[in-house]
Amino acid sequence: MPSSHPSSNTPPAARKGWRAAVAGIADSIEKPVEVLIRVCGWSSIFLVAAIFLFVLLGAMPVLPKIEWFGEHAFFTSTEWHAKDDHNPSYGVLGMIVGNFAVAAVAMLIAIPLGLAAAVYISEFAGSTTKEWLKIGIEVLAAIPSIVWGFIAVTIIGPMLQKYTGAQWGTNLLNGGIVLGLMSIPLIVSLAEDSLRAVPDSYREAAMALGANKWEVVRRVLFPAAKTGLVASCMLGVGRAIGETMAVLLATGNKNQIPDSLLDPVTTLTAAIASEMGDAVTGSDHMASLFTIGLLLLIITCAINLTANVFIRGHKKKGAA
Amino acid sequence: MPAHLEFLDLTVRYGKKKALDEITMSAARNTVLAIVGPANSGKSTLLKTINRTIDFITIAKVEGEVRISGEEVRSMPNVYALRRRIGMVFPLPVGLPLSVYDNVAYAPRRQGIHDKAQLDEIVERCLRDSVLWDEVKDRLDLLGTRLSGGQQQRLTLARALSLDPEILCLDEFSIAIDPVTTMKIEEVLTRLKEKMTIVLVTNLTQQARRMGDKVAFINDSQLVEWGDTNQMFNAPVKEITGRYLNGEFG
Repeated sequence: MPSSHPSSNTPPAARKGWRAAVAGIADSIEKPVEVLIRVCGWSSIFLVAAIFLFVLLGAMPVLPKIEWFGEHAFFTSTEWHAKDDHNPSYGVLGMIVGNFAVAAVAMLIAIPLGLAAAVYISEFAGSTTKEWLKIGIEVLAAIPSIVWGFIAVTIIGPMLQKYTGAQWGTNLLNGGIVLGLMSIPLIVSLAEDSLRAVPDSYREAAMALGANKWEVVRRVLFPAAKTGLVASCMLGVGRAIGETMAVLLATGNKNQIPDSLLDPVTTLTAAIASEMGDAVTGSDHMASLFTIGLLLLIITCAINLTANVFIRGHKKKGAA
Repeated sequence: MPAHLEFLDLTVRYGKKKALDEITMSAARNTVLAIVGPANSGKSTLLKTINRTIDFITIAKVEGEVRISGEEVRSMPNVYALRRRIGMVFPLPVGLPLSVYDNVAYAPRRQGIHDKAQLDEIVERCLRDSVLWDEVKDRLDLLGTRLSGGQQQRLTLARALSLDPEILCLDEFSIAIDPVTTMKIEEVLTRLKEKMTIVLVTNLTQQARRMGDKVAFINDSQLVEWGDTNQMFNAPVKEITGRYLNGEFG
């Protein structure tokens, strides 16, 4: 039956015409939508470039005045007196060492605990336990970093003084512990996701070969979920390097190279945060803080790129 | 001859639905028991009760008995040890995320064999038996998951053989394998029968006819009948058996 002239008393044909019209519109806007999506995709790259440019411009005024290498220079000195207008010194060695030391301690705590918790939740916990633990992890992830700072100062600090005899409660170890605790929920939730993404058929195949649960985890799940597990750890490292508020409170904020775990240290982030309020807009002091920011940006980019190279390299070799 | 593998009034329920209903049959040592039947009739469930991989399905309830050499499998204290006695080949190929070599060497290593020459020998033998050796001998370090579907299926077979099992369960092993390779594997299985008892679940009635010493026909979770292959194909007791085996429904 021809339906080229749909009228009000032939609803199916009319509907067909209406649908065809919508389909026609959808066809015609496909191109603009594609452009829009493309713009959204590229915007992340533009944003990164813009942030980099912004920080670089902020740092620009002081860059020619900084001595980078050599004695008492940017990368070799722990003397940071950027506020001093007449005889400033810019030495970030202590901050860099502090940053990496705190992050390293944090990861020593967070990676084993986080992965173990993820394995427990994904492979061993019953379904009710699993739900409760996941809620707990989410709550843990939502605790503001300033609250962690309070915990560091009022609980961990005094405990460290009591049990280790440390002179100051706020120190490298304290910062590491707090950052570790903060990173755990990130690592757990991402690692658990990637373990859960491993098909059950792998587990069953290994179990059918007579493997027990621990062997399944070690021989099958870890290799299969390697990419996601590494990514979860890198996310933890990223948080540990970039975290500011809790670290500012927990580490003691002293620009020095620590001799022991119980020495106060500072980090690049904490240095910026603690001095930003005093810095006059447009001053060399402000620009020098931007310089620290620039360094931080480069370090985090480098870490992320390394992780990406690792993951890509692994994918090329053929991991799922 | 005493039965190697016995099912006694075996009933499996998934929730309220019966997947197997009072199955009683047995397989003598060094024979092939071929199990045929339409999809979803409970054949795979039956295999899972043998090595207790049915335990992974939390809603599954098992009643009755499965006995291996007279011993009830659910009363065995070490389920892992039980599974090592039974080779299992799933219908969907599962290459573990390990190299081809490690896939096959996994079970022997677990049994404590670490001598390289001995492992090489086992890996080659198992891969030859599963008619995969010629295709992978030059790339044993390739990830098992990278092989084609049919190759992964044969890899699964090689892995099952690496256990040196006393019972080998095959669940539609030839689903993704071409007819020529299938025939080669069937020859190998016929040879392996001297060492083990084989339970072959298949959709191909002709494969059951070629391979089976006994044939069992399961339909709608019931064991319709089972018996010698010739009798089942030439003079089945039930009319429905004859119709299924002749390909009139399925």
